Amino acid sequence: MKTNAVNLTGTEYILPGNRLCPGCSVSLAYRHILKAMEGQAIVTVPASCLTVLHGMYPVTSVTVPCVNTPFASTGASATGLVAGLKALGRKDLTVLAIAGDGGTHDIGIQALSGAAERQGDFIYICYDNEGYMNTGNQRSGSTPLGAISGTTPILGKQQNQKDMAAIMEAHGIPYVATANASYPLDLYDKVRKARTIEGTRFIHVFTPCPPGWRFPYSDTIRIGELAVQTGWDVLYEVENGVFRLSLASAAVARKGSLRPVRDFLMEQGRFKNLTEEQVQQLQDRVNARWQRYLNRATDLS
Amino acid sequence: MGTRECKHICGESSQGIGEGGRTGEWRSARPVIDNDKCTPARQNKPACFLCWLYCPEGVISKTIPVQINLEYCKGCEICAQVCPTHAITMVNEEEFSS
Amino acid sequence: MADRKTSVQIIDGNRAAAIGATLSRVQVIAAYPITPQSPVTETLSEFVEEGNLKAEYVAVESEHSALAVCTSASIVGARTFTATSSHGLAYVHEMLHWVAGTRLPVVLACVNRAIGAPWNVLNDQQDSISQRDTGWIQIYARNNQEILDSVIQAYKIAETVYVPVMVCYDGYILSHTEMPVDIPSQDDVDGFLPPYKPHTTLDPASPRNYNLVTLANPRVNAEGVLCHGYMEIRYLLQEALQNSRETIARVGHEFGELFGRSYTGMFWEDRLDDADIVIAAMGSLAMEAMAAADMLRDEGYKVGVLGLRVFRPFPKSDLVKVLKKSRLIVVFDKNVSYGLEGATCSEIKSALYGSGANAVVRNFIVGLGGRDVKARELADAVRKSLPAMKEGALNNEYPEWICEI
Repeated sequence: MKTNAVNLTGTEYILPGNRLCPGCSVSLAYRHILKAMEGQAIVTVPASCLTVLHGMYPVTSVTVPCVNTPFASTGASATGLVAGLKALGRKDLTVLAIAGDGGTHDIGIQALSGAAERQGDFIYICYDNEGYMNTGNQRSGSTPLGAISGTTPILGKQQNQKDMAAIMEAHGIPYVATANASYPLDLYDKVRKARTIEGTRFIHVFTPCPPGWRFPYSDTIRIGELAVQTGWDVLYEVENGVFRLSLASAAVARKGSLRPVRDFLMEQGRFKNLTEEQVQQLQDRVNARWQRYLNRATDLS
Repeated sequence: MGTRECKHICGESSQGIGEGGRTGEWRSARPVIDNDKCTPARQNKPACFLCWLYCPEGVISKTIPVQINLEYCKGCEICAQVCPTHAITMVNEEEFSS
Repeated sequence: MADRKTSVQIIDGNRAAAIGATLSRVQVIAAYPITPQSPVTETLSEFVEEGNLKAEYVAVESEHSALAVCTSASIVGARTFTATSSHGLAYVHEMLHWVAGTRLPVVLACVNRAIGAPWNVLNDQQDSISQRDTGWIQIYARNNQEILDSVIQAYKIAETVYVPVMVCYDGYILSHTEMPVDIPSQDDVDGFLPPYKPHTTLDPASPRNYNLVTLANPRVNAEGVLCHGYMEIRYLLQEALQNSRETIARVGHEFGELFGRSYTGMFWEDRLDDADIVIAAMGSLAMEAMAAADMLRDEGYKVGVLGLRVFRPFPKSDLVKVLKKSRLIVVFDKNVSYGLEGATCSEIKSALYGSGANAVVRNFIVGLGGRDVKARELADAVRKSLPAMKEGALNNEYPEWICEI
């Protein structure tokens, strides 16, 4: 039966009154990730916005066991949890690593890559708000071209984003998926599916950030949807090498055209200094990547 | 007053509501639901519940009528934005302080 | 590997460490290869693949990840082991603090090797000395028997006081040199070392969160109990280290009762009873120092050797007891706290301050980067220091180096 808001479990694993910003898409995404896990997870989290959601000692707002780990080590921490559980013969829990783009694309990439190469049996979710948002939006490997950030304050970032999902696909792991906080049911379903697969499973979640990207916090859902409509964010799965566009991206593909990427960019203050040339570069990049996905998509009926 | 009564030897936290305080105090406007427009309220059966689905804080309940926990609602307005029947309006907090 | 009875084998220090970990029934191993530690991790992978060690062997991609794996596995409740040297230990620095602050009984074997720049793969003790502030218990072995024995004791100590333990031994001098080692039986070690009882739990029915951000000040939890601030949690670590001396001595005594080799002292004492001149050295250097003491005794000097063993917690009051009447203490350091002097010398002096001791203390830096240290060089250094007993300052500003400059 298709997941919808009515049949989705009402159990919450995050208690109200946490410290994240109003309208935070990470909060929203995490709510549904934990629902999909039915709380049967050990979570490991590096320095990130999620750490703050979890709270400050001695009170946590999350009702699943959690191990905080230094910034570079999420992949290794997940590996250690899996090894420890296996050594003790415990089969009841899934290890769920959740890190931001900083802890995944940049400082955390080595540990994640090593863990994936060793086929570590855990789910790794990267929530990507395209910057080191917890510390005030310093640029990350996922910050887009032209975006203003704490460390690219005037000229904007001069380089393109790193495509982490593609990097993880190159590791040959059994499940790679992209999701988006504005599509919580799709995210939920993907986490549920990931639970049934053995080996390293990677899910990239697009999570717009109101203060970092500079848009009103009431617009979070709309910004995430615009990202999909413009092809900025593409929802797909690669399961044992088989590529499938999901949901809203499949719908966009069937419709036949993307909305101009400008529609997405102009909503956000972080792109206010974009030159026309940069807008075109971004449009070209989105188009080229979209075409590659269309070429890979075998089932668009 | 010392902390010896605390038996922790490392940073071990247990759960509690309102870890970040009464986050309802953050908001400048609060969501108000018009049950004449709210689909589950009108049909008197589980339906829609998109406000519940999209609330980042999980402070909306899947009940009939839908309830919002105002002690912790941060007033982000997402529920008002996603409601397909525009049943939710944001009303300035000032109108409630008396 | 020996089957079920005590036996003496001629093995090198790395193999001794690996056997120690195996007999301790470690459950998760994550150790990234680095010269001169690599045979440790290779031997353990061999034991696991042969089926002689039931452990999860994780072929991590860096030392930092190695200790992160051990941290999380230890939080789950598994007994963990890692080993490294030099740059690997430096790479792991952040995680050393983390493990100690989480009060996890991880055991790390450090095969002492020089740190660059410039590159050097040979022995000195700069690597582990540089980590003395991290909150780990540090034990230095003089020979391969002590390596094996210290690894086994390390688990018992660590799991009693919930402080991680670093067992250090000199690269090449011990790691790659074969000596007779009496290997205890698995049954005997099982009798000595009970299973690990973690203080951490990962249970969805009673979920806990480890190592959230702490605040400067104490904070009340959801049950109304006033919980620690950062400082109180760290105080407890220091308190545990201070109190661990008792456990170290007790474990050393128990080990002696069962295996015939006692480790009750925080340091090794050789002819200290009648000595007015003491040579202090740590690790295998202490053996060289005993040969130097032999030479000097033959010349009529009353020389004794203090072989430092437990470096953290530093055995302040124990040292004062044996050094109080000394007139000359010559400290040989295979490390330098740059800008000052050898670390063990500084700490011995700090222990003696206020004790009424008025020994002349002289510090010599030796053996860096694998520079060979000969007993006669140590004896020469002591002879050189003798005149100071009559007319020298008690304390020199900077150490002397025994090298070719």
